[in-house]
Amino acid sequence: METQAFQKIYTRITSITKATCSLKAAGVGYEELAVINGKLAQVVKVIGDEVTLQVFGGTEGIPTDAEVVFYGKPPSLKVSDELSGRFFNSFGLPIDDGPEVEGEEREIGGPTVNPVRRQQPSELIATGIAGIDLNNTLVSGQKIPFFADPDQPYNQVMAMVALRAKADKIILGGMGLTNDDYLFFKNVFDQAGALDRIVSFVNSTEDPPVERLLVPDMALTAAEYFAVDKNQDVLVLLTDMTLYADALAIVSNRMDQIPSKDSMPGSLYSDLARIYEKAVQFPEGGSITIVAVTTLSGGDITHSIPDNTGYITEGQLFLRKDTDIGKVIVDPFRSLSRLKQLVIGKKTREDHPSVMNTAVRLFADASNAKTKLENGFDLTDYDERSLEFAKEYSRKLLAIDVNIDIDEMLDTGWKLFNKFFTKAEAGIKENLVEKYWPEEEGLEQKKSGKEKEEPTEA
Amino acid sequence: MEEKVSTKGKVKSIIANLVIVEVDGPVSQNEICYIKLQETDLMAEVIKVSGNTAYVQVFESTRSLSINTEVEFTAHMLEVTLGPGLLSKNYDGLQNDLNTMEGIFLKKGEYTKALDESKKWDFKPLVKEHDQVEAGSWLGEVDENHQPHRIMVPFKMQGTYKVKSIKGEGAYTVKDTIAVISDTEGNEFPITMTQTWPVKVPIRVYNNKPRPYRLLETGVRTIDTLNPITEGGTGFIPGPFGSGKTVLQHALSKQAEADIVIVAACGERANEVVELFTEFPELDDPRTGRKLMERTTIIANTSNMPVAAREASVYTAMTLAEYYRQMGLKVLLLADSTSRWAQALREMSNRMEELPGPDAYPMDLTAIIASFYARAGYVYLNNDKTGSITFIGTVSPAGGNLKEPVTEATKKAARCFYALSQQRADSKRYPAIDPIDSYSKYLEYDEVKEYMNENIDEKWTDNIETVKDILIRGREASEQIDILGDDGVPIDYHIAYWKSEIIDFVILQQDAFDDIDASTPIDRQKYMLHKILTICHTNFEFESFEDTAEYFKRIINELKQMNYSEFESDKFKNHEEQLEKIIEERKVD
Repeated sequence: METQAFQKIYTRITSITKATCSLKAAGVGYEELAVINGKLAQVVKVIGDEVTLQVFGGTEGIPTDAEVVFYGKPPSLKVSDELSGRFFNSFGLPIDDGPEVEGEEREIGGPTVNPVRRQQPSELIATGIAGIDLNNTLVSGQKIPFFADPDQPYNQVMAMVALRAKADKIILGGMGLTNDDYLFFKNVFDQAGALDRIVSFVNSTEDPPVERLLVPDMALTAAEYFAVDKNQDVLVLLTDMTLYADALAIVSNRMDQIPSKDSMPGSLYSDLARIYEKAVQFPEGGSITIVAVTTLSGGDITHSIPDNTGYITEGQLFLRKDTDIGKVIVDPFRSLSRLKQLVIGKKTREDHPSVMNTAVRLFADASNAKTKLENGFDLTDYDERSLEFAKEYSRKLLAIDVNIDIDEMLDTGWKLFNKFFTKAEAGIKENLVEKYWPEEEGLEQKKSGKEKEEPTEA
Repeated sequence: MEEKVSTKGKVKSIIANLVIVEVDGPVSQNEICYIKLQETDLMAEVIKVSGNTAYVQVFESTRSLSINTEVEFTAHMLEVTLGPGLLSKNYDGLQNDLNTMEGIFLKKGEYTKALDESKKWDFKPLVKEHDQVEAGSWLGEVDENHQPHRIMVPFKMQGTYKVKSIKGEGAYTVKDTIAVISDTEGNEFPITMTQTWPVKVPIRVYNNKPRPYRLLETGVRTIDTLNPITEGGTGFIPGPFGSGKTVLQHALSKQAEADIVIVAACGERANEVVELFTEFPELDDPRTGRKLMERTTIIANTSNMPVAAREASVYTAMTLAEYYRQMGLKVLLLADSTSRWAQALREMSNRMEELPGPDAYPMDLTAIIASFYARAGYVYLNNDKTGSITFIGTVSPAGGNLKEPVTEATKKAARCFYALSQQRADSKRYPAIDPIDSYSKYLEYDEVKEYMNENIDEKWTDNIETVKDILIRGREASEQIDILGDDGVPIDYHIAYWKSEIIDFVILQQDAFDDIDASTPIDRQKYMLHKILTICHTNFEFESFEDTAEYFKRIINELKQMNYSEFESDKFKNHEEQLEKIIEERKVD
């Protein structure tokens, strides 16, 4: 980014805060980029001839006589096939010792897709994780976050989802990623031999926080290039959106804006929607699917960030440690994929919706039984069986280390029903039971056997 | 409107989509101006004036805008174009036809025509020469997708006029002059099929607006039976995310007894709007046998479209509704969600550095919401015909907290409150409207009571009260059972609880995806209500609480099967017979 002839240079800064600088300048465009003392900055406010810049690198060490150069254009990214397999920082500059990418320069944070030009999402994304594929099926063009506490292995699960999903490109937008997590992603992608399908934009915890405001737009500009120009299916991973929102709050605070709920800027909903709504199924075949992470504090989903996110995204995935089996599972109660209705039983086997609902209902019976047990009430035979069912269901289907295809998940479901319940208790539609209820000996046979024996005992 | 010398200005400050302009002439509040950014014109609206500076909110992204850019003022407020051809259109918040826009992405500064100006409409005159007319008078009529679309004297025209000439039956475009009218001084005004109207001003060219009294059938039992809305009434649905707000709105738009449906998708998910776009053209209209889209207009401003246009979108939708009401039609207006609109207001108020009210919303939020809801209603037009706008808005309360400012403000304005409960949604009891927390103020109106008792059943209102009492007693019993344990309470408590469960399962819960159950006409609701009340008034005897549960589950099952069967079909009657047998088993006098 060398200085060009037409650029205007200023050297008198009038005010400096922790995240912004102001100076008198003329002919500056809104959202235009600038460099202050080698640090990138963007115009966020123009009042008369006073221009306020948000300094991505933080304002530490900036003197009032710092050199300010305006670029005359908003932040942009050069897009081409050369992006594949590369790692970039928040500004789209390589951090993997490779050469700079040549290609068409595109403004980031570009325009919105005309809603009537969108296609209704209809392609299933298989991940092999039953907690997702069976209960909360993902669909291309969907946007869905993991709501997770910081101690949960969301990055691992996300990497797994990314590698198993049959996406043409995976774009990682890392915000406030620790160096360890960054190396984790790099290694996992490398080992899977998937590096050529991956583009990463990383702002690590070592980088200034305000920089990460650029990451989602960078990632999504690259995603739009592959999805629109190349008609590819693109999966975008954004981790962690809570840190992104925190950065928004920092800037709005420095600009003396009145905070709304939870000290977040009043525009939080629009700011998040602008990013998540880039998820789209294009009519020509390309798609952008967004899987994000929103870390919670103490599981509180009423906090502004998860709350606004929940209103924008098409469902959410919750991870939880199941102490009965000692594994992390995808919580079947709190997780939801709003788009699953578009594919289950349509793109998957006809018994999918019934198996899904029945298993979750029986799992709920088990959790009621558990409460009963904890409160010191006696358990019925049904309670005991549902508890046993819950353990196996957790281990064989909900645990995140499961990797099987959807038909196998459904078959597993039927086997568990047969093992622990009668047909009446499962309460599935007659025609499906006839077709799918396993023939091997299950509880039904055992029970009827017992009843026959009983009279002789008596 | 008379021509003024247009005011010009220059951009002085830019803070996101708030731009401050120094002007050289008069400007008015809410006036529209265009900012001349290179080749594109950015549309903006004046929201505050101070001395010779105007604060304008820009309906587009202000990226690359710089100070001293020229601004042209238009001397009018944000207006919509009214005329035949509005139905089955998909508009954005500023009434641009989304279908005629080019490319996949919305281009900054691209504005498209609201109406097809080349289409010819078959016009039939309704007045003769020398007839006296005034604003809103029906001059003629065209057939718009089988709806009688009245061509009216523009609402902006004041005073009385005489028809100088009127075109005979024939095909005309919206731009052709179909009549000439003259005022008392002989000035002549040519009239076309279109007119414009500022969206923020209510259309009031009607005779009077009485209290609404007619029940609006929606086919949704928990609304019609328990908390009915009236034709011309207002209601709102607050609910946390995932509580089934959208499904309920879709059900209402499909089933409610309205001539015209206008849906304002305000700041919601784009894929949901896509669902509207894909499903509505496919949906069969149960009322006409044709497609629902024929009598529907969708105003879409998804959450990633410009914020200021989001605010405009609800007003645009309301103005279209008012236009059709003037034709003597019944309009149902749905807005999802009004919280996003309020947030748009908050973003602007914040940028203008106004002192904030609760949760940083503008102080006048309550007043803004109230005056918007007030635009709905049942009216007698000047020709003694009637028309109505029934308005139902959804609210997305932050964190599911119903004490937040938008919900509170809406509660003061809307007459019906349909509380979606997370608990019901979690246990899959859909629609998740809580029957006890929800209310309909219309049940207190004498004229509404009278109407229902006359048209449905003479004891209808009393029965509704009884149903609510049973539900409340059931809830109390259930709480007692939870505290004291199943065998810690008398069996009567279990019976009271199960009687309320019958109402819950058979009246309140309704399967929106079942062809028959999805919509229940009022005579069927009356029949079922009567059936259920008879059961609730019957005394039963049980030995243990286990028997109670098992017994009532059988009753519920038969009643549910009745709900799933064609009304009065053999299947329906079979289940009814079964039901009677079950009742006889435990009945005591």
